[in-house]
Amino acid sequence: MKLIKFLPLLFVVASCTSLSDKPTAAPEMGDEANKQAVITKSASGTHEKTFKNGMNVIVKEDHRAPVVISQVWYRVGSAQEHSGITGVSHVLEHMMFKGTEKYPSGTFSSTVAEIGARDNAFTGRDYTAYYQLMGKEHLETSFELESDRMLNLILSPKDFTSELEVVKEERRLRTDDNPNALVYEQLYATAFINSPYHHPIIGWMDDLNNLKIEDLADWYQRWYTPNNATLVVVGDVNPENVFAMAEQYFGRLESRPVKTSKPRLEHPQTGERRVAVKAIAKLPYIMLGYKTPSLATAEEDWEPYALSVLGAVLDGGRSARLSKRLVREKELVSAAGAGYNIFSRYPTLFLFDATPTEKHSIEEAEQALYEEIKDIQENLVSEKELRRVKAQVIASEVYQQDSIQRQATVIGSLETVGLGWQLMDEYNQRINSITAEQVRDVARKYLVEEGLTVAVLQPLENKAQSNTEK
Amino acid sequence: MNMKFKLTVSCSFLLGPLFLSVLFAASQAHAAPKIEQWQTSNGVKTLFVAAPELAMLDVAITFDAGSGRDADLNGLSQLTHRLLNTGSGALDADAIAEQFEDVGAQYGSSVNLDRSSIALRSLTDAALLKPALKIFIDVITKPSFPEKDFLRLKNQALIAIKDSEQRPADMASRAFYKAIYGSHPYANPALGFKETIELISLDDVKNFHQQYLVAANALITIVGGIDVGQAKKIAEQVAVNLVQGAKPETLAQPQSSKEVADIHIPYPSQQAHVYLGQLGIQRGHPDYFTLYVGNQILGGGGFTSRLVKEVRVKRGLSYSVYSYYFPLQQPGPFTLGLQTRNDQSHQAAEVSLETIKKFVSEGPTAEELTSAKNNITGGFPLRIDSNRDILGYLSLIGYYDLPLDYLETFTDKISAVTEDEIRTAFSKHLQPKNLVKIIVGGPESGANQNRQEGGEQ
Repeated sequence: MKLIKFLPLLFVVASCTSLSDKPTAAPEMGDEANKQAVITKSASGTHEKTFKNGMNVIVKEDHRAPVVISQVWYRVGSAQEHSGITGVSHVLEHMMFKGTEKYPSGTFSSTVAEIGARDNAFTGRDYTAYYQLMGKEHLETSFELESDRMLNLILSPKDFTSELEVVKEERRLRTDDNPNALVYEQLYATAFINSPYHHPIIGWMDDLNNLKIEDLADWYQRWYTPNNATLVVVGDVNPENVFAMAEQYFGRLESRPVKTSKPRLEHPQTGERRVAVKAIAKLPYIMLGYKTPSLATAEEDWEPYALSVLGAVLDGGRSARLSKRLVREKELVSAAGAGYNIFSRYPTLFLFDATPTEKHSIEEAEQALYEEIKDIQENLVSEKELRRVKAQVIASEVYQQDSIQRQATVIGSLETVGLGWQLMDEYNQRINSITAEQVRDVARKYLVEEGLTVAVLQPLENKAQSNTEK
Repeated sequence: MNMKFKLTVSCSFLLGPLFLSVLFAASQAHAAPKIEQWQTSNGVKTLFVAAPELAMLDVAITFDAGSGRDADLNGLSQLTHRLLNTGSGALDADAIAEQFEDVGAQYGSSVNLDRSSIALRSLTDAALLKPALKIFIDVITKPSFPEKDFLRLKNQALIAIKDSEQRPADMASRAFYKAIYGSHPYANPALGFKETIELISLDDVKNFHQQYLVAANALITIVGGIDVGQAKKIAEQVAVNLVQGAKPETLAQPQSSKEVADIHIPYPSQQAHVYLGQLGIQRGHPDYFTLYVGNQILGGGGFTSRLVKEVRVKRGLSYSVYSYYFPLQQPGPFTLGLQTRNDQSHQAAEVSLETIKKFVSEGPTAEELTSAKNNITGGFPLRIDSNRDILGYLSLIGYYDLPLDYLETFTDKISAVTEDEIRTAFSKHLQPKNLVKIIVGGPESGANQNRQEGGEQ
């Protein structure tokens, strides 16, 4: 059941791949070593400094509660992986909790637990990030632990064997036993052929089955170095003190050159692609994905903002078109969504999804989505709709301040995909400048058959003796 | 059902149910927010915390109208709440949605076993807040319950039920509550069942609204960038529009079932979902803090609990394994949950059971207890670091009549818990031989054997 959705795709926590020509993408050590440490500051109370070893630190003050979040973002994710080792970034993320010489097996977690911190990590297509959320007096413990495991991880075969099983359970839980997630996985694998968006973040099961500890060791060696990382701290702190303390822990770490990944830009699509997923399920489900540029790859930099507004016109709340027309007026679908991750680094997909109601077929749901697209392409969206979208964006910006975790995640992801955290400050204004004509124009340009991939779930009946071998 | 928003990241650890962070509190004297409490002119209890830092406001109305009040029509409370914003006076669902969203406000409702909650988030700018509040009050107090939307949402509920029937986790959870609660209202999911949803009439919805969404049964909670004078005005405005009504009687006390269920539901999934549990304690129970600290050691949050060590770290059996007490108006369940490859489900259940047995008989070590206390007290500020978190606590404190200094005194109570108390409380409240066991997943086989024998294959 969906509750309130607040323009969810504006700041989706997940991303893509690093284009080698973007300024903040994995810099070569040679360039960074010559750089002087600099501090910049913005109106939103955000401060930035780059250490001599190339590590970037961003601090945002928020004094509402005596707490702080510290996140370390690495510019590596599933989009850096090649076939055969898919899922390695994420498995390595799991292994990062296993220990170093200084904090051997189990002591990382017990140290974090002792200070009452909440800690975890997440892997996306273009990043791997680790965080501790804690009382502000414990920030140093977090720096101590994170700086230690940045370079000193011990990969033990025994830990690897059991943790790999944990990751496979995670894959079964999130994907294999979730029919809609299988559709999502197939959509990406079909839409993208040579782009690394092709494979899932968690990896193909066969690659997990054949993953070797050496693959992890190589991966760690290649990507885990201060010049490939960004530290983000948000909370009740003094930026000068944080910079000084971070310098002490992270600034003295030695960096290694990082070999940039190849662009692997997707071969142009020349016509509609369609994939069916048969799985034990009770409800049909459909996803559409249209190839679109992201902010990091757009030739016209207003286009991604127009696509974002388009997403909100279609699905930015209960008053938006898909809810209003398809769910309530026509009762064709029980739920439908649309949206787009403007902050991915590689060209991405503008997504639609729908679950038809009992009386309607998946074909009708699909046609209804095309009709909505056609409407946007032929008629200008109303001024009223545009005003509403903009009101929601302004409000969301305030609401977002209620969570330091959210604030840090936005900064970290913008920085890691190479857009820069400063974008936070101009985002609203750029959205506000989008016109009805621009919304129509991006719909005409990108929501076209040549760039379309359709993935459909075909539910199979549950017969007790059947199994779900795929 | 729209999964695209959550699929893109994989985390190292899936915590137990997310609502836990709101259900359990801890405190240190220095950081607890100042709670103001009063009654409106018609007697509605109101709790308020001023949070002047951000120009936003959260208001929630909580009713003693959770799914426990569904009687025979399971799903009625949830359906009624979901219908509120589909019509009021001359406004239809479209107009209501537009009125909220034109001013950037967010509206939502939720229902659990005990309570329902209807919430508004708005900016505090009067030009935006005023219209948002007006429509918020109108949908709660003067819903028109259009027939068309009633039929549509009934259909949606049926689809949601089907959706839950293709998720082994939901199937297991349903079987678990049924096994523990039998004929008690807590046995039934808020979503209801196909048969009961089909029975619900529009009059049932109207009657439910008239009976339960009333002043005598309401609690108002407010957090945000306004002063207490403004908060009083808002609470008054909300309250006086509610029909006075009467407070419903408390729910019956659930009885422990004499037979201990051991149920395997075959399902062609890759993983089996395993639940172990039994009847636990009610909110406000004197052993609550002791069990909370003890459970932190057994299967509470983080990577360090005994269950995580035994099931995940040592054996790689599950991505997520956890246990928790879920105190309600009446005794809520103690739940242990995990998921594992089908052929390992019995091994994982046995390892879990052994872990529980050992903990109940031996209790925690002094070291574990110190660490758990440090963890809970050290993490206290995180529990109340946002307006949303504080609002959750106000609803908890107000609804369950917990003392207003609940947050201020929590860490002291945590710190006072001893090893002996934990041992005593667990032997009193947790009987390993009486644990219900539910496994969903895997083929039909000799699945139900081997129950008591333990061992790890």
